[in-house]
Amino acid sequence: MENKLMDSKYFFYRKKITSSIMMSLTFIAALAAIIPLIFIFYYTISKGVTYFNFNFFVAMPKPVGESGGGMANAIMGTLILIGLGGAIGIPIGILSGTYLAEFGNNKFGFLVRFMTDVLSGVPSIVVGVVAYTMIVIPMKHFSALAGGIALGILVIPTITRTTEEMIRLVPSSLREAGLALGLPKWKTTIAIVLRTAWKGIATGVLLGLSRAAGETAPLLFTALGNRFWSTNIGQPMASLTVYIYDYAKSPFEDWNQQAWTAALVLILLISILSLLFRIITRSKYKTN
Amino acid sequence: MDIKLSIKNLDAYYGKTKVLHNISLDIPKNKAVAIIGPSGCGKSTFIRCLNRMHEVVGGSITGSIMMDNEELSKKDPVLLRKRVGMVFQKPNPFPTMSIFNNVAAGLRLNGIRNKKIIAPIVEKCLKQAALWDEVKDNLDDSGANLSGGQQQRLCIARTLAVDPEVILMDEPASALDPISTTKIEDLIFELKKDYTIVIVTHNMQQAARVSDYTAFFYIGELVEFDVTSKIFMSPAKKQTEDYVRGRFG
Repeated sequence: MENKLMDSKYFFYRKKITSSIMMSLTFIAALAAIIPLIFIFYYTISKGVTYFNFNFFVAMPKPVGESGGGMANAIMGTLILIGLGGAIGIPIGILSGTYLAEFGNNKFGFLVRFMTDVLSGVPSIVVGVVAYTMIVIPMKHFSALAGGIALGILVIPTITRTTEEMIRLVPSSLREAGLALGLPKWKTTIAIVLRTAWKGIATGVLLGLSRAAGETAPLLFTALGNRFWSTNIGQPMASLTVYIYDYAKSPFEDWNQQAWTAALVLILLISILSLLFRIITRSKYKTN
Repeated sequence: MDIKLSIKNLDAYYGKTKVLHNISLDIPKNKAVAIIGPSGCGKSTFIRCLNRMHEVVGGSITGSIMMDNEELSKKDPVLLRKRVGMVFQKPNPFPTMSIFNNVAAGLRLNGIRNKKIIAPIVEKCLKQAALWDEVKDNLDDSGANLSGGQQQRLCIARTLAVDPEVILMDEPASALDPISTTKIEDLIFELKKDYTIVIVTHNMQQAARVSDYTAFFYIGELVEFDVTSKIFMSPAKKQTEDYVRGRFG
């Protein structure tokens, strides 16, 4: 039997038109998603390039009114702060994620999972205020340590949850193979499960650290900033983000320009970090 | 005839569900015992009781399993599993390790690091598993890139490297093509000279070819256990005969 309605040209064209409209919409949305990034790159590169030279990486900021200078202290500071945040957040995140995936099917595991979800939703400025209250006030001065702790707290939920997800993806047949070889559970977890999930975990660590590198708000209350070279984590420390914040809102044209350069350097830094992680975690073997 | 494993009145549970009912049988030393029966009859559960992997997935047992006159439940499960190795249905080589390291894994992770000791063992085990000639030139390649049949033989080599006394095989050839299956079967034939083998299989011809004894399980019960030729030629029970003749299951 022929169905006249379905076979009519009207129906055929309507379907074609609807299909092409929907396809265009998804394409436009996909385009819209990458436009902000294009703008970000365009502005940071075009405006940041003025001061982007060797000097920017090795020289110290000049006093107000003098032009030129660099941000060696801020670049070092950001690296130290990420390092501190990582030193605190990575072990706690990976171990707690391992616990959740391998041993956490109980009430405590559920609680931890819920709390890390809440923690990942806590605004970074709030974490900064808490670090300020708990560390800066008792120590009676701002310090890089307080900043590192604030960043460490911020990266924990990302690393914990990625670690858990990645470990859960490891087929249970590999765990069984390890146990059947006469390996204790802890050895199976470390040498087989974690090793298999390692690449995914590293991606989580990278995501967390990249986010931490871009944080400004929690650092304003903790590491504060420093016009001078300092690698003492007990003292206030400069960071690229705080410099961007200070310089971008300053009235000096010269400083505004340097803020762009600092932004460019920060993006580069995160890209290099990302590249390093890719190289480190690159598998020796092609995976099928 | 020496008895390697003696099972008496074994009941196995998953939570409160009883999946094995009152199993008693003796597994002789350096023989291959086939466990046959329709899906869901408890074959896999049974062999997983023999290396205490059943309890890893939350199962429990009552009754007695003796290995060389020692009660299994009184032994440390980790030490026990070095003596009772297992090959799984789906080949499961460690994907992050090379072929060499897959075989060496059991030794390395148990604390033997000296390559002078490990290398000859790896070679011997790969030869025993009839894989050496195929992989000897690329021992550093990933084990995950081998074919399914090669992966399974790699898993057998990995199990052999720990030097077990008993090898449990849970449908080791069911995911493999006929040529690989033949290789695995030839291998079992060789291995039973030195090891006690318990093999679960769905393939009746396989059971007939490789095993000396056959146990027929049905819905969690041991229906019949006897010399393989007897089970296939003149079984004592009607149920066994119907199953091996392909009338049900």
